[in-house]
Amino acid sequence: MSTIQSIAEENEQHPDVALVERVRAGDVSAYDELVRKYERQIFRIAQHITQNREDAEDVMQDAFLKAYEKLDQFQGNAKFYTWLVRIAVNESLMRLRKRRTGKMVSIDEDLETDEGSVPRDLADWAPDPEQNYSQSELAEILRKTIQGLPQGFRVVFALRDVEGLSTEETAEALGLSVPAVKSRLLRARLQLRERLSRYFKRKTGPAMPQEAGLK
Amino acid sequence: MTCTEFIALLDDLIDDSVASPIRTEIENHMHECEHCEVVFNTTRKTIEIYRSHELYELPNNLRERLHAAIMARCKKGC
Repeated sequence: MSTIQSIAEENEQHPDVALVERVRAGDVSAYDELVRKYERQIFRIAQHITQNREDAEDVMQDAFLKAYEKLDQFQGNAKFYTWLVRIAVNESLMRLRKRRTGKMVSIDEDLETDEGSVPRDLADWAPDPEQNYSQSELAEILRKTIQGLPQGFRVVFALRDVEGLSTEETAEALGLSVPAVKSRLLRARLQLRERLSRYFKRKTGPAMPQEAGLK
Repeated sequence: MTCTEFIALLDDLIDDSVASPIRTEIENHMHECEHCEVVFNTTRKTIEIYRSHELYELPNNLRERLHAAIMARCKKGC
């Protein structure tokens, strides 16, 4: 996209605003467009939180149905997508709660860990380390690694780094403050890095001097 | 700059939102500290790998089925 085009688009309304208006006026086909536009992302987010394929399918359906029912409550000052993500996050947490027979589930749990806040594995990675694994092996490593993160870190990383929401949008979608998102994002990134180092670090060549460590 | 100070600024550095006077300090630190350079490069690579590999793909047939189910219920007024 050219710079001129993107500046022009910034000054215009987000295209979702017009679609939402059409749905409000009774045009269901406009909702069809919105669902098509965001169904993959909502499915991925639900799967990141629930870690279960069937739950993610249910969450995806329930989130779009709830958004449709509640469209009158949607305020135009938020992005439709951010609002939809917030609904999907809540539906995902409800689904987890059901699985755990009513036990409260929140995005704050399991955060009492210092793991990863100070980098320990300081060995460099092989160049293009993902090339050392087949596509399916790599996918398994990436899934296993992100699933091992505490819920509150995993969801922040998924929204911010995988789905590309801004820090502010992530905070809005999760009902967290911007500093809370920032602190969780740093720890999520560092924990993932630490865990991936087991698979990706350089295996040959001279050993790194480990005794110096971080100052 | 200490390594702890560097780590606190790591996200801003990765997200390219560091003001230029601090950026110079950070870059100087990375030139001197091999470990922080490794942490920066491997953290950036971690994000890049997760961004470029779709872990939870929604197959087309499933997507069509779910899409049809959602729209059928919306048309009925949910």
